[in-house]
Amino acid sequence: MSAVPRYEHGSRVPGWDDAADLTKDPAEVPDAATTPVPADLRAEIEDFMSRYPDRRSAAIPALAAVQRRYGWCTPEGVEQAACVMRLTPAYLMAVATFYDMLETEPVGKNTIYVCTNISCSLHGADELLERLLKEVGDDPGFNVRAFECLGACDIAPMASVNGVYVGPIAQDEVVDLVSQCRGGEEPLPDKQLRKRKAAGT
Amino acid sequence: MSLQLLFENIDEQGLNTIDVYRRRGGYEIYKQALAMPRDQLVEELKKSGLRGRGGAGFSMGTKASFMPQGQMDKYLVCNADESEPGTFKDRELMFKNPHALIEGMIIAAYAAGANRAFIFIRGEYAEVADVLDAALAEAREAGVLGDLSLVLHRGAGAYICGEETALLDALEGKRGNPRLKPPFPANQGLYQGPTLINNVETLMTVPYILRMGAEDYAKIGVANSTGTKVVSVSGNVTRPGNYEIELGMPSREIIYGLAGGPPEGREVKLWFPGGSSAPVLTKDDLDLPYDFDSLAKAGSMLGSGAIIVVDDSNSVVDVCLKLAKFYRHESCGKCTPCREGTNWTVKMIERIKSGEATPMDLDVMASVQSRIIGNCLCVLGDAMAMPVGSMIEKFRPEFESYMEHVRLQPQPVEIQGAYAEA
Repeated sequence: MSAVPRYEHGSRVPGWDDAADLTKDPAEVPDAATTPVPADLRAEIEDFMSRYPDRRSAAIPALAAVQRRYGWCTPEGVEQAACVMRLTPAYLMAVATFYDMLETEPVGKNTIYVCTNISCSLHGADELLERLLKEVGDDPGFNVRAFECLGACDIAPMASVNGVYVGPIAQDEVVDLVSQCRGGEEPLPDKQLRKRKAAGT
Repeated sequence: MSLQLLFENIDEQGLNTIDVYRRRGGYEIYKQALAMPRDQLVEELKKSGLRGRGGAGFSMGTKASFMPQGQMDKYLVCNADESEPGTFKDRELMFKNPHALIEGMIIAAYAAGANRAFIFIRGEYAEVADVLDAALAEAREAGVLGDLSLVLHRGAGAYICGEETALLDALEGKRGNPRLKPPFPANQGLYQGPTLINNVETLMTVPYILRMGAEDYAKIGVANSTGTKVVSVSGNVTRPGNYEIELGMPSREIIYGLAGGPPEGREVKLWFPGGSSAPVLTKDDLDLPYDFDSLAKAGSMLGSGAIIVVDDSNSVVDVCLKLAKFYRHESCGKCTPCREGTNWTVKMIERIKSGEATPMDLDVMASVQSRIIGNCLCVLGDAMAMPVGSMIEKFRPEFESYMEHVRLQPQPVEIQGAYAEA
């Protein structure tokens, strides 16, 4: 068996063994006077909050709004959302780290989720992911990752490209797909799920 | 093609708009439903025999009758967090016919006495959520919602949020951790209020039931599994997709007749009858009628109605590893048997793949599975333990010959599916 990769400090997770800084004050709900929040972001989050009986229900939509604006859940963005929602940033970070679609590290602009669950992997999803990763290389404009079942096993192997479901993706279409993303075009227009008719018709 | 209810005219241009939906007879029956006494409506739902289409298969009418009486905030939640591997029926239903869901929710909210309703849709379904948003705006403008507040809530990617109490936590803006039951959501659910939670397909079937009459609906299908069901067939079949069937149809007819069966020259090795959480069945079980009770009797379950077919070109060890890795990733980590059990199961299968395992490890692995089942707050751990356990039980010789084969290799190599024939 291969050795478990560990960080220098001995842990398998970065930073887990670092002692908490007890001299620091605990983070509180950000002060509205000292936390500038862009007006449109504030309006968007307040709109979400108004839809629920409890304002905390807007946590996921608010973090998604932060991510749309800044590209990922930046510490400043989370602080701004926390300020509008009157929650601590830690509360929102706890939510953000739970969900796969909320990014807590900087990522590329083009998001490609490749489904690698059973049905897709029976149709070569692992190879597709490998090819995509190779084609993208170290381009910082991309966020290519394996994802759990995306609920489109009828078009296996498939991927969600910036929210658009495409499939079945042939291995030689990877080059096209990546260049379409780079050029800001529609991904594989003929293979988009929304244009597909129900099976058996 | 058998009887079609939900899938009738599903591909009609513009069915997702209120005009076409109305032309097809939509937004009529809810008026009659709202004019009925509440008890009578619940009684109708019970009479139809409609069982929940999300996985558990609990009678929808009975669930609605658990809602307490009296003046208080009550909630209806539509579970549209369709994440069970292999399932994609709700996606197609909501994308193409969103108004049927809205009409079903109006009726169900009345039956439950709910004044607030939510649709919790998984974040990955952004395209579907946009369609629903547009449909909701149309419905609001047309005034069909009355004083019901109906809000679409987008999740952010977590399988566990399909579990009803985890979904409620996610909807309350927390991490999606399941809650201890009881209290059940009907007593203390969303915001601690009485809550009725139903799957998309269940709610969407409600208007169709009332249109044709509960008694006539109960005649479709077989005893104890009434009505039609949309099944998602995927994996090694030539025509994957959603098919609406009458419950009780022979499984072979679904897999071979509708979905075209495995490609030329291949045969079914194993199949999951109800999503990847269902214990696997083999080619000997293909003649089982596809309904709740027959599949339960065969030791599996109908679950979400997702059939995943794996043909004999694939190795059961690979499928097992894929499956276990999925549940390891998606375990929320709250209960130890699930968090540790999924992790160790993956490690043990990896041991098999690297040629370090012995047949004794299979017994250890099987015992781990039996120690997960029933020992957690929710069924995520069971959802891995049941199929993995059934694979070890039904394909033990293949696991053993795989181990033997890999062990004899000079170095660990990637074994292709056809090793058994080599």
